Amino acid sequence: MTASSLRRLLFAALVAAGAAFGAAQAAAEAGRTPTPQPARPATAEKCVADTDFMRRNHMKTLLHQRDETMHEGVRAKQFSLANCVSCHAVKGADGKAVAYSDPKHFCRTCHSYAAVRVDCFECHASRPDEKAKAADRGDGPGDPAVSALTAHVAEMKR
Amino acid sequence: MSERADIMAAPDRRALLRSAVGLATTTIAPGVTLYAFGVAEAQAGEGKASAKQRWGLLIDIAKCPPGCDICVTACSEENGWKSTGHPETDAQWIRKVTLRDPRTATKREAPVMCQHCASPPCVDVCPTGASFKRADGIVLVDKHICIGCRYCMMACPYKARSFVHEEHEDQKTNAPRGKGVVESCTFCVTRIDAGRIPACVEACAAKAGAAMAFGDLNDPDSQVSKALAAGASARIRADLGLDPGVRYRNL
Repeated sequence: MTASSLRRLLFAALVAAGAAFGAAQAAAEAGRTPTPQPARPATAEKCVADTDFMRRNHMKTLLHQRDETMHEGVRAKQFSLANCVSCHAVKGADGKAVAYSDPKHFCRTCHSYAAVRVDCFECHASRPDEKAKAADRGDGPGDPAVSALTAHVAEMKR
Repeated sequence: MSERADIMAAPDRRALLRSAVGLATTTIAPGVTLYAFGVAEAQAGEGKASAKQRWGLLIDIAKCPPGCDICVTACSEENGWKSTGHPETDAQWIRKVTLRDPRTATKREAPVMCQHCASPPCVDVCPTGASFKRADGIVLVDKHICIGCRYCMMACPYKARSFVHEEHEDQKTNAPRGKGVVESCTFCVTRIDAGRIPACVEACAAKAGAAMAFGDLNDPDSQVSKALAAGASARIRADLGLDPGVRYRNL
């Protein structure tokens, strides 16, 4: 065995040892960074689509529908940001749904993990609007305007 | 992509219900039933803003007492705009304007908001297409496209638009709003799409003098058309020929 081949063997052994050490370290780091566990839908039994589909395509579906909703007023569709926010609301310490500024927010858990910055919530509400939802169902908490509204709408329809 | 296409095509529960309604059955003979699918196709335009409608508003100033700001408060609550402590730049989707006759010193007040013009100058000047008019005549800002240049604010003769100078939290679900874009009265577009009337009209009818009549200007049987037919009305700055959707009586 020549000196050079000995050196090569030593080098290979070192590389192998280094690789093994690196892998061990990566595993340790994976333990340190917890995989996000986004909140399951709270108010519905299941999501509007499979988890696998939603994980890969939620941004496309939201964008696809955004212009239709904004410009054509199509609102009764499968995907909606308001529904994401409403179903996946995470309750904070005070019992109220947390905003996007809280790391526990449903959207935030994955976006922080994947280092994706979204600007949806610079304008959109990141918490469900309970009052508006109640009004949309037509059972507002004793709203005096409801009777007048009903009369007005009836008048409009006639 | 095929996976996505499949899911996009998958009917949701509402669509299923709709198609269930659209399924026509005819019993030709005992035991023989003719099923006709696609009846719902005829109603395909449903849920979409249609040019068959033009939303409009008639405000009777005689029923609008000075000092009353119920419509303004209702709009603010519905859409979540409020004072940030900077009155010069605060957003105003609707405001009460005082009209004073200098000769007789008589005063009246009129609520003024986006007039939802048929020929909106704000749409003409917008460099990005963010300012647009929906098929049913509602003039809106698409904040996804707005770059905050504020040309529309200068073009609007009614001073109806506001620029948002501050960051906001706790927006209303139906009224997204944030720093750096222009906004204005939307006629409460999400309410209209849900078959309801704007918050100002609802509040005025419930708590004030019912000075506002809202509805479809193209439908002669709508409340606003009937109210308009009952007497004279005026548009603000009618000389500009913008054909606003908001009209005033006893101005």
